[in-house]
Amino acid sequence: MSSTVAFDPSKPVSFYDLEPHDHPEGHSTMLGFWIYLMSDCLIFAILFACYAVLGGNYAAGPGPQDLFDLPLVAVNTAMLLFSSITYGFAMLAMQRGAKGQVLGWLAITGVFGLCFLSIELYEFAHMIHEGATPQRSAFLSAFFTLVGTHGLHVTFGSIWLVTLMVQVARKGLIAANQRRLMCLSLFWHFLDVIWIGVFTFVYLMGMLR
Amino acid sequence: MSSGHDHADAHGAHGSMRDYVIGFVLSVVLTAIPFWLVIERPFSGPVIAAIILGFAAVQMVVHMIFFLHMKGGTEGGWSLTALMFTIILVVIMLSGSIWVMTHLNHNMMPGSDADVAHEMSQMP
Repeated sequence: MSSTVAFDPSKPVSFYDLEPHDHPEGHSTMLGFWIYLMSDCLIFAILFACYAVLGGNYAAGPGPQDLFDLPLVAVNTAMLLFSSITYGFAMLAMQRGAKGQVLGWLAITGVFGLCFLSIELYEFAHMIHEGATPQRSAFLSAFFTLVGTHGLHVTFGSIWLVTLMVQVARKGLIAANQRRLMCLSLFWHFLDVIWIGVFTFVYLMGMLR
Repeated sequence: MSSGHDHADAHGAHGSMRDYVIGFVLSVVLTAIPFWLVIERPFSGPVIAAIILGFAAVQMVVHMIFFLHMKGGTEGGWSLTALMFTIILVVIMLSGSIWVMTHLNHNMMPGSDADVAHEMSQMP
C-alpha cells in the first residue's frame, strides 16, 4: 500500500463503541418526559385549532354567551392556580427532605385538583341539562373535546398524585420517588399553562363574540 | 455517584420559594385583569380581545419561567430546543388552520353569492 491511507494503520479500526459508558438510572427521564409533554402540547394545539375553526358554528343552538358563567370559570382558574403553587410548595419540601410536609402539600394539591374537576363536571352537567350536548353543534363538539381533554388530563394527574402519595408514604423520598415527583410537577404546571389558553381563548374570547 | 448526580440535578431543576411566590402573584394579576376586562368591558371587543391574548401569552411565559423553571441550560439546552420546535409547529398549525378556514368560510358565505356570480361571469 502507498502512504495515502486515510487512517492510522497502527491503531485498530473500530466501528462501534465497546466501552461501557455511564447511564445512571433516571439520567434522561426528565428530558424524555419533557418531550412527552411537548407531544401532548401538539394534541392540545390541534384541539385548539379545531375550536378556532368550528367555534363559530352554533347550528342555531346556544352560543358561548348563553352558556358560559364567567365567575364560575374564574373560581375554576383560581383552583388550578392554587394547586400549582401548592405543588410548588411540595417540591420545596422535597428539597428539604421533609416527607410529612411533602405529603401534606400533595394532599392539598389533590384537593384543589378535585375542586377543579368537580366545578368542571358541574358546568358540563349544567350545560347538558340545558340541551347543550356535544351533539348539538360543531361549536359544542369542539368545546367539549378541548375542555374535556384538559379535564381528563387533570383526572389522570390526580390519580398519579394519589399513587405518588402512597409511594412516598411507603418508601420515603428516595431518588426514584423524587424523580417521579419532578415529572408530575412538570405535568401539573403544564396543565395550568394549557388552562391559560383555555380560559382565554374559549371562555373570555367566547364572551366577546 | 448517582445520588450525588441526582442531587445536583434536583437543585438545578427546582425553583426557590421566591420563584414560586413571584410566579403566583404575577399569575394572579395576569388572570384577574383579563377577567375584569371581559366582565366590565371598558373598551371595544376587538381591543379587549387583543389585550387578553397578550396577557395570556405573557402569563404562559411567566409559568414557563417560574413554575416549569425553563432556563437555557436545562438538560444541556435540549428542553429549550424541544420547546422552540414545538412552538414553531404550533404557530404554523394554528395560524395556518385559522387562516385557511377563515378564507374558506368567507368564500362559502351565502351572502357573497352575488360576488361569486359576478366573478364567475368575468371568467373566460
